[in-house]
Amino acid sequence: MELVQIQRRLVDYTKSLFMEGFLDAQFLQLQQLQDDSNPDFVFEVVSLFFEDSEKLLNELTIALDQPNVDFKKLDSHVHQLKGSSSSIGAQRVKNACIAFRNYCDVQNIEGCLTCLQQVKQECYLVKNKFETLFRLEQQIMASGGSVPTIELGF
Amino acid sequence: MDSCNCIEPQWPPDDLLMKYQYISDFFIALAYFSIPLELIYFVKKSAVFPYRWVLVQFGAFIVLCGATHLINLWTFTMHTRTVAMVMTTAKVFTAVVSCATALMLVHIIPDLLSVKTRELFLKNKAAELDREMGLIRTQEETGRHVRMLTHEIRSTLDRHTILKTTLVELGRTLALEECALWMPTRTGLELQLSYTLRQQNPVGYTVPIHLPVINQVFSSSHAVKISPKCPVARIRPAGKYMPGEVVAVRVPLLHLSNFQINDWPELSTKRYALMVLMLPSDSARQWHVHELELVEVVADQVTKFVALRLLHMFQISMLLKALDLYISIMNQVAVALSHAAILEESMRARDLLMEQNVALDLARREAETAIRARNDFLAVMNHEMRTPMHAIIALSSLLQETELTPEQRLMVETILKSSNLLSTLINDVLDLSRLEDGSLQLDLGTFNLFAVFREVLNLIKPIASVKKLHVSLNLAPDLPEYAIGDEKRLMQTILNVVGNAVKFSKEGSISITAFVAKSELLRDSRTPEFFPVPSDNHFYLRVQVKDSGVGISPQDIPKLFTKFAQTQSTATRNSGGSGLGLAICKRFVNLMEGHIWIESEGLGKGCTAIFMVKLGIPERLNEPKLPFMPKVPTNHGPTAFPGLKVLVMDENGVSRMVTKGLLVHLGCDVTMVSSSEECLRVVSHEHKVVFMDVCVPGMDGYEVAIRINEKFTKCHERPIIVALTGNTEKVTKENCMRVGMDGIILKPVSLDKMRSVLSDLLEHRVLFEAI
Repeated sequence: MELVQIQRRLVDYTKSLFMEGFLDAQFLQLQQLQDDSNPDFVFEVVSLFFEDSEKLLNELTIALDQPNVDFKKLDSHVHQLKGSSSSIGAQRVKNACIAFRNYCDVQNIEGCLTCLQQVKQECYLVKNKFETLFRLEQQIMASGGSVPTIELGF
Repeated sequence: MDSCNCIEPQWPPDDLLMKYQYISDFFIALAYFSIPLELIYFVKKSAVFPYRWVLVQFGAFIVLCGATHLINLWTFTMHTRTVAMVMTTAKVFTAVVSCATALMLVHIIPDLLSVKTRELFLKNKAAELDREMGLIRTQEETGRHVRMLTHEIRSTLDRHTILKTTLVELGRTLALEECALWMPTRTGLELQLSYTLRQQNPVGYTVPIHLPVINQVFSSSHAVKISPKCPVARIRPAGKYMPGEVVAVRVPLLHLSNFQINDWPELSTKRYALMVLMLPSDSARQWHVHELELVEVVADQVTKFVALRLLHMFQISMLLKALDLYISIMNQVAVALSHAAILEESMRARDLLMEQNVALDLARREAETAIRARNDFLAVMNHEMRTPMHAIIALSSLLQETELTPEQRLMVETILKSSNLLSTLINDVLDLSRLEDGSLQLDLGTFNLFAVFREVLNLIKPIASVKKLHVSLNLAPDLPEYAIGDEKRLMQTILNVVGNAVKFSKEGSISITAFVAKSELLRDSRTPEFFPVPSDNHFYLRVQVKDSGVGISPQDIPKLFTKFAQTQSTATRNSGGSGLGLAICKRFVNLMEGHIWIESEGLGKGCTAIFMVKLGIPERLNEPKLPFMPKVPTNHGPTAFPGLKVLVMDENGVSRMVTKGLLVHLGCDVTMVSSSEECLRVVSHEHKVVFMDVCVPGMDGYEVAIRINEKFTKCHERPIIVALTGNTEKVTKENCMRVGMDGIILKPVSLDKMRSVLSDLLEHRVLFEAI
């Protein structure tokens, strides 16, 4: 059946995201919080994340463009981004943020720029992944099925 | 006839000559006649004479010669013709015979000569044989002496003894005055007097070895007569006697290093000792040849004998050594063989063990599978069985409340009783199976010990009073009121034991005693395998239940604790019981590190059930640290904390949302604020917990905490403040503690973690880090 196939694809896709390190266990936690009283919890949180991250990335770009880079501010923004990404389980974004913070600590502009690029890249990637994921979920919901829960052995 | 009477012849003038001739002829004739007579006479005398014929001939010849000469006597004067005829005849005969004899003698004389030669030869031969016989005799005698000597010294190995004995024997055999042996010194330049016959310990006279007399003796293998005056012979103090003859002989000394085993070394060695033998003085004895020969032989043999003995000993010792070596080698071989055997044995044993191991492993896995299957089955069945059971029990009890006829009531009561029994049985079975697996774990907690006993008493009193049994409870004064252990199972055990006591007693009384077991009592001789170790945190509760019932015969006691085993007496059969009770009790007691046993003096004499269990002492324990804390019930229901008012302060929208989601999921009533001012504004005494993010660089979070603490002076009104942070640094934790926060959680928080944190917080109002 097509539903089963889509469900299977969803499961495989989600598994692959975990395997590739895009997501970590925190994402599972989020999924656990989704229930009948909160049916779109995950979607909402992820959407909020992307809004937030876009804003933060813009701020970071502006901050790094300044002639006198305010590392403190840079650090606080990256801190925010790191917090958000870890809250939803976007592992690669979080790791990139950690690296970014290290460069901020040593006030290495070049490193910061490189990291910024990397963070943007990661955000972009994970955004795409999430979009695919949600699309699959919508397909399943539309077909009348239920989204299968992932049992992963971490 | 006128013969001339010429008997008296006329003597002519040369009739002197004629006279002499006449006389000579006369005597010749006489001689001639007498010789054969003599011959005959002597031949007759002698026994052997092979030539008689020759003798006759010779005799005839001589006779005729004599006759001739006799007749010649008549021819001196005028004689007749007859005389002349006789004379002629005689002469003719004589001539014939003499020629014959001469011819005969040609044959005979060589014979005679040869006889003579043979005679001479025989005589020589006889003389030679005589000599030889003499020689043999001496040899034999020598041999006899040597044998005697050998016999004397056969038992000894000691060279000294041998030499000494030789001298002694020689002295005895030859009746010597003195016999001495001079041995060469180590330098080889002198001879030292080593042994003498008469003196026990000869003082070491030495003579130089190169004296001419010594050289003479050494150069010959024969015994040499030497002068009594030469230094080697002057060993006796010179007396007034005429010293006897002295003989010296060389004694070859063999170096032991010359030995070849199979080939006797020739006496090519140059080392000699000197043996000097003196005949008794004043005896006028002379050294005889055979004596000399004896001496020579002895001298030759003695060292050979010594050497031979030594060689034999050497050979024997070599043989012994070889034997020893052989034996040790055989021992080694034996040891090695035994080792090999052991090794083989152990290899075999190891292989066997491995096989057994594999088999056991397989069996174990099979057993485990079986157990798992059984447990699954039991769990499922248990659940499946319990549900209708509950329905039956519940509905029957409800039915009991309604209006019933007595008959109906009785029926309903029976149904209730039976279903209760069945329910108990189901519980027991499941419990037992879990107990057996060891999968049962005690639910430890603090409970009131007295209450447990009271409860048991309350439960048992109705039944006991129906049976008119008197039940008494006696709690020791030193028994603590509170204890830590598995309350439910302890009660179950006590109830079971007491229930058994009630069940099996028809009349009389039941007494329950409980006290703290002292250390002397702990080591009970009846339970040698039970070694309770008292410690500060624990005590051993000892409970004794004595009844006056039917009692148990001693041989049945061990069976009591085996499940499903029942005693055969009908009395007990009627009392019901599945036989599981005591088995379960035993397992519970074992889990509580205790021991249970039953004593009975016999049938009809009642019995006493005694058990000891280990319980914890509550005051001394440090609650949060130990795992004796009760576990938070992890129910997966959505509303674990219904309506709990919580305040969340987080600047980060996403994490704020996630935290909210968590708490909402747990049923809390969440208020969110995004800044510290807002937080301070909003916070009220209704909020039980405040979660605040302190990750933000800056002291905002801490400030808020301080402010909140200031705001709520009374402790019970103040909400619990928990910090949320992604920072694992110790500094952060210390700061949180410093400002008076009650706990700290590391982000990201999982659902379970949030749940456990909340329950811990609410229970204890304090939470150390939950990272």
